[in-house]
Amino acid sequence: MANVQLRDVHKSFGATHIIKGIDLEIAHGEFVVFVGPSGCGKSTLLRMIAGLEDITSGEISIKDRVVNDLPPKDRGIAMVFQSYALFPHMTVRQNVGFGLKINNTPPAELESRVNEAARILKMENLLDRKPSQLSGGQRQRVAIGRAIVRNPEVFLFDEPLSNLDAALRVNTRAEIAKLHNDLGATMIYVTHDQVEAMTLADKIVVLEAGKIRQVGSPLELYHKPNNLFVAGFIGSPKMNFMEVEAVSSSASGVIIKSADFTEQRIPVAKGNVKAGDKLTLGIRPENMRADTKGDLKISGKMELVEHLGHETFVEAKTKSGVSFTGLIDGETLVKLGQDMALSFKANDCHLFDAAGEAVHRLKVPEIVHA
Amino acid sequence: MSTSTSSLRPSRWRYLPLVLVAIVFIFPLEFMIMSSLKPSQQLLSDTNSFRAFLPVGSISLDNYYAAFARAPVGLFLFNSVFITATTVVLALFLCSISAFSFVFLQWRGRDTILTILLTTLVIPIEIIAVPLLLLVNQLPWVGLHGLTFGWLNSYQVQIIPFSADALSVFLFVQYFKDLPKELIEAARIEGASWWQIYYKVIMPLAGPVTATAAILKFLAMYNQFLWPLMVTQAEQYRPVMIGLQYFFQLNIAWGEVMAYLTLITVPVLIFYLVLQRAFIASIASTGIKG
Repeated sequence: MANVQLRDVHKSFGATHIIKGIDLEIAHGEFVVFVGPSGCGKSTLLRMIAGLEDITSGEISIKDRVVNDLPPKDRGIAMVFQSYALFPHMTVRQNVGFGLKINNTPPAELESRVNEAARILKMENLLDRKPSQLSGGQRQRVAIGRAIVRNPEVFLFDEPLSNLDAALRVNTRAEIAKLHNDLGATMIYVTHDQVEAMTLADKIVVLEAGKIRQVGSPLELYHKPNNLFVAGFIGSPKMNFMEVEAVSSSASGVIIKSADFTEQRIPVAKGNVKAGDKLTLGIRPENMRADTKGDLKISGKMELVEHLGHETFVEAKTKSGVSFTGLIDGETLVKLGQDMALSFKANDCHLFDAAGEAVHRLKVPEIVHA
Repeated sequence: MSTSTSSLRPSRWRYLPLVLVAIVFIFPLEFMIMSSLKPSQQLLSDTNSFRAFLPVGSISLDNYYAAFARAPVGLFLFNSVFITATTVVLALFLCSISAFSFVFLQWRGRDTILTILLTTLVIPIEIIAVPLLLLVNQLPWVGLHGLTFGWLNSYQVQIIPFSADALSVFLFVQYFKDLPKELIEAARIEGASWWQIYYKVIMPLAGPVTATAAILKFLAMYNQFLWPLMVTQAEQYRPVMIGLQYFFQLNIAWGEVMAYLTLITVPVLIFYLVLQRAFIASIASTGIKG
C-alpha cells in the first residue's frame, strides 16, 4: 500500500524557515493536491517527498518505510515537472525509456513497457519524434509517459499544467484524472490553481507560509473552511468578507449587526462568541441574488459590471465604504453606477472570529458529507 | 506602399563592410599561399605590387620540397597534432567534468575553489613557466624504460600541464548554469548516477560549448612556442612552432618559410572549418564575445 506520511517535517534554507512542521497522512490511491499562494512551500514540500531537497527535521515515509535518507530513485516515486524536463537530444521513445534503460531493463521488456505507456497516453505516433517537434500538450504527455512507464508507487506532479493554454489545460486535467482512475496509484499534485485542485483532488491540502491551514475534500473546504485564509483562497470569485458585531449568541446561532444590514441570526455554533465581539462575515459571490428575498440585504453602487451571458459579475460599494462582489443571474439588467440591493441567505453565511478562525456552521449542504 | 516595401528590403550595400573586413583577414593568407609557390627572389620583387597576391610568374612546389628537405616537417606536424589533439581531448573531459561538479554538485568550499581557479585566468604562462619547469624536471614517470624522473624531452611534458585550464572550466560553468536544473532532477528521479547524468544528459547538450572550448584550446596548444622551447631539446618531440627556427638561418629562404607556414596552417583551418558552426552558435548562446 503506497501510503505517504509526513511527521513534523521542517525545512530551512539557511536562516529562512520555509516548511514549519507539516503532519500529513496520504492513503494509498488517494489524489492529494497541495494548493497555496506563491512562496507557501508547496513545491518545496513535494520536492522533499521526491528526495530532491533534504529535510531539516522530521520524518517522511512512503509505503511505511522512512525515506529521509534515500535517494529519489529508491523512493518508488516518479515526478512530472512544470517545464516537462524532457531530454531534448533524445526521442520520445528514449525519453520514456530512459529510466528503464539506465536500470538495465532487458530490451524486450523496455520496448513493451514504453509501447504500453504510449498506448495508455495515445502517443504511439510520437515515439520517434524529438521534444522540439512536439506541442506543449504532447510534451506534457511524454513527461507523464516517462513517469508511468516505471510503475511508481507514488506520482508527483509539480504544477504540470501551468505552461499549457486554457483549452489544453482542461483536456490534460481530464486525462490526469482518468489516469488516476485507471492506475489507482497515489498521486500528489502541486498547483496554485484552485480550479485544478477542486476538480482533481480527493483531498486538498491548503498551505500558507509553510504551514497547513486545512486538509479536506474539495467540497468540505468550499463549504466548511476552517479559517479566513482558506475561505478566501478556495472559491472563485473570492468570498466577500465584511466586518460585523455579535449582538448575542445562543444554541441556534449568533445574531449579528453591521452598518450595512439589519440584525440577523446566522446559524453557527455558539462557540466562544459573546455579545460585542468583532466578527467577520463571509459570503460567497455566487450566493448573492439580485433581489431582496434573501435573509440579509446589502445595497451599494455598482462599480463594475461584467455580463457573462449565463451570469453577471458585479462589484459594488456600500454607503459605509464596504466593497462586495456578486455573481447573479444573467438575465437581470444591471448598469454601472446604479444603486442596487442584493440579498443572501443566512444559511449561506460563514462567520469568523477575531483570530480569523471559523465559527462552526450548523447547516452545511448534504453534499459535503456524501 | 511600394516605397515602404523597398525600404524594408535588405540593401546589398550592407555587405560592403563585411566584404572589406573579410579581405583584410584573407589577404595575408592569400599572400602566404601564393608566396609559397614562388622562388624567393620573385617573391620579394612581387611584394611591391598586387602580383604578390596572384599565382603569376614562376609557380612550383619547389619550396615545399625544400622545406621537407631542410626540416623534419612531417615529424613536427605529427608531434603538434598528437600533442594538441591529446591535450584537447583531455582538457574537454577534465574541464567539463570539473565544471559539472562546480555547477551541479554541492560540496564544501565549492565557490571558493571556483573563484581561486578563475583567478588563474589572468596569470600568463610566462609567469609560471620557470617554476613549472623546475617541477616537471623532478616528476616521476612510468614508461617503456620503467620508472624515471624528470619529464623533459617527452610528450607528457607538453600535454599534462595543459590538460586543464581555467578558461575552459569557465566556459563550461557558464554554459551548464544556463541548462534547466529540472533535467538533472528528472534524471536523478529516473535513477541515473551522477556519472550517467554527466555523459548521457549534460554532455550531449553541451555541443556548442564543447566546440568553443575545443577550438580555443586547439589554437592555444598548436601555437605554443615558449614552453616547448624550454622543455624539448630533442628534435623527436618538437612541435611545428619550434620547427620555424630551422628556416631562420643566416640566409632566410622566404619561399620555404611561406611553404612551411602554409603547411602548418592547414590543420588549424581544417579544425576550425569543421567546428565553426558550433563555435558561432556557442558564442551567440553564451554571450561571450571574442
